[in-house]
Amino acid sequence: MLADFFKWLEQTTPARTISESGWLFPTIETLHVLALTLVIGSIAMVDLRLINVALRKRDVAELSDEVLPWTWCAFVVAALTGFCLFASAATKYVANVAMQIKFVLLMLAAINMLTFNLTLHRSIKTWGRDPKTPLGAQIAGGLSLILWIGVMVSGRWIGFL
Amino acid sequence: MMTHLVEWLTHTRISTTISDTAWIIPAVQCVHILAIAFTFTSMAMLDLRLAGVAGRQHSIESLAKRFLPTMWLAVIVLLVTGILLILGEPNRALLNWVFGVKMLLLLAVLLLTLVSDRVLRGYSGTWDRATRPPVGARVVGILSLLLWTSIIVAGRWIAYSG
Repeated sequence: MLADFFKWLEQTTPARTISESGWLFPTIETLHVLALTLVIGSIAMVDLRLINVALRKRDVAELSDEVLPWTWCAFVVAALTGFCLFASAATKYVANVAMQIKFVLLMLAAINMLTFNLTLHRSIKTWGRDPKTPLGAQIAGGLSLILWIGVMVSGRWIGFL
Repeated sequence: MMTHLVEWLTHTRISTTISDTAWIIPAVQCVHILAIAFTFTSMAMLDLRLAGVAGRQHSIESLAKRFLPTMWLAVIVLLVTGILLILGEPNRALLNWVFGVKMLLLLAVLLLTLVSDRVLRGYSGTWDRATRPPVGARVVGILSLLLWTSIIVAGRWIAYSG
């Protein structure tokens, strides 16, 4: 059933327009790259703070409030452009091992973020100003950093398989 | 002249090693992308403040102190990985006009950063806390952002042009 969906997806007019045009795919891909650099760079700022490596004088709550809205904007652009790229050859990409790994890592990153938001983030006002973050926050930050780098690496690898 | 250089580079030991080992180029590209993420984000922190778009609660001086060293470190990683990528596929880069444009843009933005850093140091304090930075600072911020954006765009298009 899912296979039928991917077959249908890549036959839709927008998907075919992308795959048949010489410039659309690289243009969307370029937007994807611009967006992902901002996603990774801005998430890294918060993660490096969480693992006590950088910006230790900054209040974690304040830093997140300032940086994460930009991360989300960039993420929306990356997700939309990523979906367009995927749709242009859905059956091919869904069978690509690097793409499969990328999806798994994205899901793990989402689970990690949700877990952090539902637990330690609730008490951020009490520990956010402390230069040394609690162990749970360090783990969440470290995992996030590794998972997002993994997303980028597996994403780059899609084109080499 | 460039064709001779490409010819010679292609046959060097390091070039054949890089191109013969399938995983080296994608791996180096990943480090290159990670470094551009750090460069672009660090510069965006400073440039958006200079442009008067975001981060007004921070002084320009504190942002420059915080993010410029990260940016320069990431630029060094970019240069090293970039050189490895050129060595691996000399003709892909050196004979490509988009690569030439990218290098000119890179030179321009690095000069702009060096010069504006000097100028900003001289002015800091007098207008740093002003809610709206003077025209000169706004122009530098916007220009720098546009240049870095164009560099990333050109970088991706090297793969699609000859």
